Amino acid sequence: MDRRELLNVEGLTLTVARTGLDVVRTIGFSVAPGEIVGIVGESGSGKTLAARAVMGLEPPAIRRSAGSIRFEGREVTTMAPGELRQLRGARVGMVFQEPMTSLNPSMLVGRQLDEGLALHTKLAAGERRARALDMLARVGIKDPEGALSSYPHQFSGGMRQRIMLASAMLLQPALLIADEPTTALDAVVQRDVLELMVELTRAHGTAVLMISHDLAMVARYTDRIIVMCKGEVVEEGTTQDLLRQPRHAYTQKLLAAMPRRLLTREVPPAPAPAVEVRDLVVDYAGRQGFMRRQAGKRALHGIDLAIRPREVVALVGGSGSGKTTLGRAIAGLVRPSGGEIRFAGRPVVAGGEGWRDYRLNCQMVFQDPYSSLDPRMTIGALVREPLRLMPGMSGRDKAERVVEVLREVGLSEDYADRYPHELSGGQRQRVAIARAVVRRPSFVIADEPVSALDVTVRAQILDLFAELQHKHGFSCLFISHDLGVVEQVADRVVVMQDGRIVEEGTRDAIFDRPQHAYTRELLSAIPMLESTPGGGVRLRWRLDETSEETAGETGRDTSAAAVALR
Amino acid sequence: MRLPAPNAVLGGAIIGVVVVAALLGAVWTPVDPLKINFAARLQPPGGAYLLGTDEFGRDVLSRLMAAAATSVWISLVTVAAAVTGGTIIGLLTGYLRGWTDRILMAFNDALLAFPGILLALGLLAVFGANKYGIILALGLAYTPSVARIVRGTVLSLREREFVEASRVMGNSEIFTVMRHVLPNCIAPLTVLATSMFGWVLLSESALSFLGLGVPPPAPTWGNMLASSRSFIAQAVWLGIFPGLCISLTLLGINLLGDALRDRLDPRMRGV
Repeated sequence: MDRRELLNVEGLTLTVARTGLDVVRTIGFSVAPGEIVGIVGESGSGKTLAARAVMGLEPPAIRRSAGSIRFEGREVTTMAPGELRQLRGARVGMVFQEPMTSLNPSMLVGRQLDEGLALHTKLAAGERRARALDMLARVGIKDPEGALSSYPHQFSGGMRQRIMLASAMLLQPALLIADEPTTALDAVVQRDVLELMVELTRAHGTAVLMISHDLAMVARYTDRIIVMCKGEVVEEGTTQDLLRQPRHAYTQKLLAAMPRRLLTREVPPAPAPAVEVRDLVVDYAGRQGFMRRQAGKRALHGIDLAIRPREVVALVGGSGSGKTTLGRAIAGLVRPSGGEIRFAGRPVVAGGEGWRDYRLNCQMVFQDPYSSLDPRMTIGALVREPLRLMPGMSGRDKAERVVEVLREVGLSEDYADRYPHELSGGQRQRVAIARAVVRRPSFVIADEPVSALDVTVRAQILDLFAELQHKHGFSCLFISHDLGVVEQVADRVVVMQDGRIVEEGTRDAIFDRPQHAYTRELLSAIPMLESTPGGGVRLRWRLDETSEETAGETGRDTSAAAVALR
Repeated sequence: MRLPAPNAVLGGAIIGVVVVAALLGAVWTPVDPLKINFAARLQPPGGAYLLGTDEFGRDVLSRLMAAAATSVWISLVTVAAAVTGGTIIGLLTGYLRGWTDRILMAFNDALLAFPGILLALGLLAVFGANKYGIILALGLAYTPSVARIVRGTVLSLREREFVEASRVMGNSEIFTVMRHVLPNCIAPLTVLATSMFGWVLLSESALSFLGLGVPPPAPTWGNMLASSRSFIAQAVWLGIFPGLCISLTLLGINLLGDALRDRLDPRMRGV
């Protein structure tokens, strides 16, 4: 080693104590002072466990069976508990994934920030307060004084993650471990928080170990990338080299799984739209207490939308934009307070004449394959259930259809007797899709169908979905916050903000020539990876040319762009 | 196949013995449990009477066996009634929400506010102290807690996507509840029912002890314990044996309940 390493992990093996299964096998990596290193891998690759072991925070069921972890030249694995505690927080900080749960809900933000300072420094109370205020201001909290005496629930997810970052950075650690720090956040907020993290750590010379499944994000912000697969480090290299020329097959597979824009499809012209929504309004009733009544909230303000036969319309927007509510209203799960939904030229009203036809022809795929399947039913029973209401189908036809559909989604009929908990996330989502298409519906609503899945699985499911859509020609409303995915599947894109449609157009029009400011903000928030000839990828910033124009407008954007161009 | 847990084996063995004794006690006992024999008053255990005799010379073992049938039967029917009633209320309130929920739950919470035994005492004063009165009173007293627990489970289940998926499929509300909601309530219900069996057994004994249980001369463990009080100095076994029966049955039920909970809890099953 020609340079002094901050963190050096060698031959680390972590074992599940009860079964003796190695979940992390003889991995080694190092982090230099001030360096930003990303660990990328899919769920179950052991990336989180490896990072937690650095702080001696592996869960009790996991035992370190071999290897050494040296931090600032000292061996972490043999440290006494007291020494380890001095290390945590003071020298190694951590930012967790879920900002909703990583702050103590019953403690004032001020006390939570003060906790670490009081423990690890000898500063007087006044000085600690001044430091906390200073740090809150630096992470972009508008009213630091007020924030100190507020509770976490009074802040949004993005703000909480900023506070979490502030509390980790207050002690100016030498290493910050960020475990999926922005996975739970909106695209636009995600960019702000990450850029803030990079800026802060750079200013303090703090090294960052960033764990993520999001390759584009890691590629964007790190100097070096470590790729983990099934508990092993399969490849390691500088971000540039690794992206340009991935050597290991798994890395290549990971990069190839990036969504990409396909050729524009021809949607055959049709005289009438398959599904039409006119001036749809949805209100959520306020909470009614015993003595008080809270005002309701209007979630959708008069939406007009038409989906042609065989067309895939994508609905994009940040959280709270109303995209899920619109999907649920069209599915009939939420009762609209105004407007109408028409299917095949007839209005759809619960109990009306068009209702039954619509119910049989409209199906939905949900986001979370872990909760959308009844845990007490077998796969066969789950897929067969929608056929119960099909008129004129014999039991034998139904059984045949179930087998046929299971094959279509790439599961053999052997799966029919299994239970959902015996299947992986990707297999479950296949079952959910099978259940949605088993009646051969003419319209499918997919609410974030791939956002709970790993990158490579996501690519498979998207391919499957496109194949089924092509084969059976159903129209589809595809709700997603992931613009890469939308770019791959959609014919037309509808952008929503605050319960209104702000822009809609063909995929190419929206992605290449966005008109509305919010669309541009969404598009520029997330970097994308673009395949290059030779198996590598290159980082592309959407709206590159335009982002430089806007960079001149605000000061903060300029600094962000400077980091980006580094 | 894993070996059954030790608590399941022990609990199962105890409950097995009690059930066999109760079944046997319903058709055959060593001596007629109601036969009075003043010649053999307060005989100590051993000898002709295995567990001794009471103040009227009745055989304690026979009475315990006959009482097992009564006590276990009362507990079973009461638990079944409370679970059925509570589940229906819980499903209705949890799934329908709105005014159904508010009205039924207000009533439910009012009942919950009274201690169960006090409520049962009041109801027994109305229904009269006999087997059916006890079942009705205890069943009513225990229904609200079942309703609460089922309602809570249903509230979380109805937000799960598989319940929404069922609605999107076009299934009726009743079908959705019966097919997707109710089966997923079974795990917490099983656990609740086993522990409730223990509470009911205790309450029935307590009511008998207070003189509001099954009227004499029919034996229950509770009224045997109650009547032993006056003779505690001369015949201590009169109190010990029914007391032991109650404690052991409770222990068995709780062990079995723990084992069942471990087996049925999806979190224990692992995904």
